[in-house]
Amino acid sequence: MMEYTLLIVVIPLLMFLLLASCGRGMRGQLAGWLGSLGMSAAALLSYTAAWHYFTGVGKGEESYQQILACSVEWLRFTDKLHIDLGILLDPISVMMLVVITTVSLMVHIYSLGYMKGEKGFQRYYAFLSLFSFSMLGLVVAPNIFQMYIFWELVGVSSYLLIGFYYTKPAAVAASKKAFIVTRFADLGFLAGILLLSYYTGTFDFAALTAGEGALVAGSMAGVSFMGLSAASWAMALIFMGGAGKSAMFPLHIWLPDAMEGPTPVSALIHAATMVVAGVYLVARLFPVYFFVTPGVLQLIAYLGAFTALFAAVVAITQTDIKRVLAFSTISQIAYMMVALGVSGYSGHEGLGYMATMFHLFTHAFFKALLFLGAGSVIHAVHSNEMSCMGGLRHFLPVTHITFLIACLAIAGIPPFSGFFSKDEILAAAFHHDQFLFFLLWVIAGLTAFYMFRLYYRIFRGEERPYEHTPHESPVSMLVPLGILALLSCVTGFIPFGKFVSSDGSMLVIHPEGMIALAGVVAALAGIGCARFLYRKANDRPAQIATRLHGVYTAAYHKFYLDQVWLFITKKIIFRCIATPVAWFDKHVIDASFDGLGRGTVKLAGAIKGLQSGKVQFYAFVFIVSTLLLTLWAFFY
Amino acid sequence: MNILSSFVIIPFVMLLALFFCKGMKSIRTVMVGGASLLLIMACVVTGLFLTNDHPAGEMLFVADTVWYASLHIHYTVGVDGISVLMILLSAIIVFTGVFSSWHMPREYFMWYCMLAIGVFGFFISLDLFTMFLFYEVALIPMYLLIGVWGTGPKEYSAMKLTLMLMGGSAFLLTGILGIYFTSGQSTMNLPELAGIPIPLMHQYWIFPVTFLGFGVLGALFPFHTWSPDGHASAPTAVSMLHAGVLMKLGGYGCFRVAICLMPEAAQELSWIFLILTGISVVYGAFSAVVQTDLKYINAYSSVSHCGLVLFAILMLNRTAMTGAVLQMLSHGLMTALFFALIGLIYGRTHTRDIREMGGLMRVMPFAAVCYVIAGLASLGLPGLSGFVAEMTIFVGSFRHPDLFHRVWTFVATCSIVITAVYILRTIGKILYGPLVNEHHLSLTDAAWYEKVSAVCLIACIVLLGVWPSAASQMIMNSLQPLIELWKL
Repeated sequence: MMEYTLLIVVIPLLMFLLLASCGRGMRGQLAGWLGSLGMSAAALLSYTAAWHYFTGVGKGEESYQQILACSVEWLRFTDKLHIDLGILLDPISVMMLVVITTVSLMVHIYSLGYMKGEKGFQRYYAFLSLFSFSMLGLVVAPNIFQMYIFWELVGVSSYLLIGFYYTKPAAVAASKKAFIVTRFADLGFLAGILLLSYYTGTFDFAALTAGEGALVAGSMAGVSFMGLSAASWAMALIFMGGAGKSAMFPLHIWLPDAMEGPTPVSALIHAATMVVAGVYLVARLFPVYFFVTPGVLQLIAYLGAFTALFAAVVAITQTDIKRVLAFSTISQIAYMMVALGVSGYSGHEGLGYMATMFHLFTHAFFKALLFLGAGSVIHAVHSNEMSCMGGLRHFLPVTHITFLIACLAIAGIPPFSGFFSKDEILAAAFHHDQFLFFLLWVIAGLTAFYMFRLYYRIFRGEERPYEHTPHESPVSMLVPLGILALLSCVTGFIPFGKFVSSDGSMLVIHPEGMIALAGVVAALAGIGCARFLYRKANDRPAQIATRLHGVYTAAYHKFYLDQVWLFITKKIIFRCIATPVAWFDKHVIDASFDGLGRGTVKLAGAIKGLQSGKVQFYAFVFIVSTLLLTLWAFFY
Repeated sequence: MNILSSFVIIPFVMLLALFFCKGMKSIRTVMVGGASLLLIMACVVTGLFLTNDHPAGEMLFVADTVWYASLHIHYTVGVDGISVLMILLSAIIVFTGVFSSWHMPREYFMWYCMLAIGVFGFFISLDLFTMFLFYEVALIPMYLLIGVWGTGPKEYSAMKLTLMLMGGSAFLLTGILGIYFTSGQSTMNLPELAGIPIPLMHQYWIFPVTFLGFGVLGALFPFHTWSPDGHASAPTAVSMLHAGVLMKLGGYGCFRVAICLMPEAAQELSWIFLILTGISVVYGAFSAVVQTDLKYINAYSSVSHCGLVLFAILMLNRTAMTGAVLQMLSHGLMTALFFALIGLIYGRTHTRDIREMGGLMRVMPFAAVCYVIAGLASLGLPGLSGFVAEMTIFVGSFRHPDLFHRVWTFVATCSIVITAVYILRTIGKILYGPLVNEHHLSLTDAAWYEKVSAVCLIACIVLLGVWPSAASQMIMNSLQPLIELWKL
């Protein structure tokens, strides 16, 4: 009855095919308008689907049910095991459809202004459509293999978009790095899928998660490898895939570099949608993680907390505004992971799960807004560096207001959306593990601090001697900013627990005053510090940086993880493995065959004298051998 | 006349027709006409095969002519799903190869037809000896094609390639004679031989010998070194045909002869070759990472991908073997595309060294986009053929009950990351970035005939990638008898 949801996925695909095949001939902004039109159709369909699902079709007796809107068999492996392609609708996938189509539509419209006159405008829109298609296909996947398929497609679209400015060596390097790092993580994902499907004999999410993951627990019981149960291996490996896409430490290194892509792309892919795929994956398999492998879930929680803290610290020291936002994204996604890690299942125990999805939802809008706002700033001053900015609030009034709203939202100031979702995460953590709660609380303060550092340095402070007077962006860029700002204001008031919860039942949230207060205090403290240090130009930040010399430098260089990456790829893989392998191939294996050839020639040269053509010599050999043979016969 | 024999007769007629050709125009007419006819015939056979309602695994369109009665050598042809797909692949690559060797002289095309006769003959044969005969027919023209029309150290490469493959066929001949004599000297017919059990004692030496004989052509480590030099020196279409089809003769032969006729020994001894093929997969990929010559990169990439074919065959289960055949198809198509494009680029820049190129995307967008697509197919992007093949192989191999096999499968999966490294490195160096050589600015994009070749191959890659179930079903059905045999 919801077969039309197929169109949500198919429309972007058709747009991609259309733009990729005939885009080159399209004049002016036709390609952009077509892409936006397709995306708005997809967005409208998603809203209709969400309305349908949450108000009628999806509602069961007490909880929301999963609906398989359509499904076809794509490839058969064995009699039991096959890959189906289909569309699964449940609260989280419907929610993701809404998020993706909305942000994607905003980015499509925004890019009409931002990318105007760029070379490859058509190509840009083709890739955007490809990405939207892949991402939508990923979230509606009813089985883990379809998810893997679209997971890879998302990775490639991201690769293509990061490397959009392909004449820039930095962009090429960044796209390569992003692809290879996530590919490495996907290797784990694939291995996890292989393990899981080998024992359970299915790829289907519904079958895997049914009955508290009974199938996984049952079929993998008693199997262990190197001291860890097979189920833990499988789930940890699958999480590795998620950690790659969601930029968890130490696989986060690709995300800051991915900022080489066009800014709207960063907003769509590297802030709102693709990077939350890992969170979504864990949420999809949540019952298995919770009931079968709680140890892995614990790992996710602690790794998430560490990543969140780490990224927040690095974000404080960065000077490129897009990198600050990139590290902020890493930190916020890790925040979501923590919430999943501390979550329970069913009823109010499952608060963390619901909080994760809530934060994912609100974060998508305000983070996209931050990136698009940053894009608007970059558009005006033609630089990414904070040192080239200051006092821009007079020149860019609309951008300024919307950016401020987004900063307040991410800092967690009521009544903006971030406050509500972050509050739920803090509450969930508080009831599970007080240490994690404390960490998250500190990170909330740090988040407010680095965001307002960004805000003050861009929009307040001294005006720089700008070469051209900065000018406000065109309407096509301001409209998406306005819409997203509005969403950042209102989405917090959605009674989210009524729609999304760990077991599908409707959850009524009771806000906890003390925790909310603690969160706001941390945020205000962060903002206060930022105001104190950065409102007007002064030497206090520099003094602090000098005093914290080693720590500051290390954080500024992202704790040297990029160097580690270079060391691993250049030194270890290239120098220590690939080069010796190639040498071995040329100088040992190949040479031994050449040697065999030369040996044959030499041997032939050595014995060719025997065939001299001289009859006397033949007769001599004949007689001597006859004599010798006779003697031999005689004596034995 | 049997429909399958036309695959041997058409190239033969083309060869004869070339004798009477004078100008380029008539040569091209003959070649394009003949190659199109082959492609049409291949499609017709596929269509007939699919619409023919037959029990799984049965050979269709069988024809049998006695050739040399006292040794039971017959000219027997017949196809199952696997050979039909191989014929289709060969027809596509022969067809596109013609467009990629547009400016070649008459004699070149004569040998090219000869090669086609050998390849098609091999895939349609059901008689062990006839199969071997066509195998040799396919190898010899290679020597001349590379030695005369090649580039670089062509005599050396041609000699090396021919000698190593001939060494392989010496093993093969021993194996074939072994099979014939130990199975009671009554037949050379493959399906009949499959029904006659060969004593296990003999299987133990015939299986390795046969597998090795075909394995050399399938670039089995450490007998792969003919491949990089051979590919690098060969003219474009020869590389295409060689990597695209000829290397598949190895995989196909390993399966049809070594595995099908000696299933018991295969189960006992497969681990030896499994180790070698596993090494091929990872070793080939690592070797490709440091190469600087485009053709060497793809030759080593072929070692890795063809290693995966043999690897999957040795897993001896239906899913993995299906994956192996899919990988043969996929690898054939994408390597052919790679070599066609490398030929195109080399023809314009006169270099294959990736350090001397850069920013070609701006200069020749069509060729560059095709190259990116080929690269993405090679690193296994879903929606293109490589993904389907690799995933079927990995899922199938991982279903092996033995722990060693599963761990080894995991090692082989690591190749997907290394593949991404060398593919993206190459693409990043030659297509992206700033222009390295100013002279390259004046280069032209692909000509129409080169476009025909690239577009055909890409269409097939996408078709197999998006809609794999038909091909996969055909292969699975053909494997049915073998699977039933193992269950006993």
